[in-house]
Amino acid sequence: MTRVGVVTFPGSLDDRDAQRAVRFAGGTPVALWHGDHDLQGVDAVVLPGGFSYGDYLRCGAIASHSPIMREVVTAAERGVPVLGICNGFQMLTEAHLLPGGLIRNDHGSFICRDQVLRVENASTAWTNGYAAGQEITVPLKNGEGGYIASTETLERLEGEGLVAFRYVGVNPNGSLNDIAGVTNERGNVVGLMPHPEHAVEPGFGPDTAAAMRSGVDGLTIFTSALHSLLAA
Amino acid sequence: MPKIVVDVMPKAELLDPQGKAVAGALARLGNEHFSAVRVGKRFELTVDGPVDEAVLSSVREIADELLSNSVIEDVVNITVVDEAGEHSAAAASGALA
Repeated sequence: MTRVGVVTFPGSLDDRDAQRAVRFAGGTPVALWHGDHDLQGVDAVVLPGGFSYGDYLRCGAIASHSPIMREVVTAAERGVPVLGICNGFQMLTEAHLLPGGLIRNDHGSFICRDQVLRVENASTAWTNGYAAGQEITVPLKNGEGGYIASTETLERLEGEGLVAFRYVGVNPNGSLNDIAGVTNERGNVVGLMPHPEHAVEPGFGPDTAAAMRSGVDGLTIFTSALHSLLAA
Repeated sequence: MPKIVVDVMPKAELLDPQGKAVAGALARLGNEHFSAVRVGKRFELTVDGPVDEAVLSSVREIADELLSNSVIEDVVNITVVDEAGEHSAAAASGALA
């Protein structure tokens, strides 16, 4: 059984939800601790959402210097799939595993909504179960989700197909080029602000045309990782 | 104890929603003299011992690696404040781009 580690930091909120999403996808979740240097031999790593260290200094900044992050960086460089969701995405940018950064939403307010995304790159470890161009709906909830990068970096991201997800319909936080998530060149490290782990079980996901709260579009992120590991 | 003060600002070309909100509040309070506000951070590092070149060089590194994120922020100033409270901006040179 594929083992997917989910790191808990002081202030993580969605670690249990991410573990649950891994279980729904058919993997075995492994709880990892920020203060350890041990990834316990997991096959993939999820950095969950929340407010590590109370968003002190910068969102994800202190967590990105925690002991386990040194192991996560080494594993990512080896090609181990790493997913950062929301605060986890902020950590990945702070750790320089992904380009760009996240700043306060342009309108200044925290936002919580079911958000439509377009899967722009369907060949990463975390998106291979989607079709390129497919639109999915997952919850979004953040105060500092505005994706920014230098003009050169944006051009490189667009030119090399490193934009993984883009906001559709509404740009909820002022992200440049409507970017909701990005991948590294190798496709094993992906970060996004929206929360796929909150759209994995009928009855608890976003509303769909078929039924209330029936949306499970986020599950494919987790099954994608399991498939890419089995194929490897 | 001497202190080293590090000032960090959001990059000039980026939107600063916090500053924008403060500017909005100023305007609502009837202040008409200000066209913009930007909000940054000030760090005060109390030094255990004298401030020498080794300490300054580690502060420059800390400022770049932890206190700021060069993608979204700039270290705009590093100043040594001695026990009498007198400032010396000489420390800044190495850290400024």
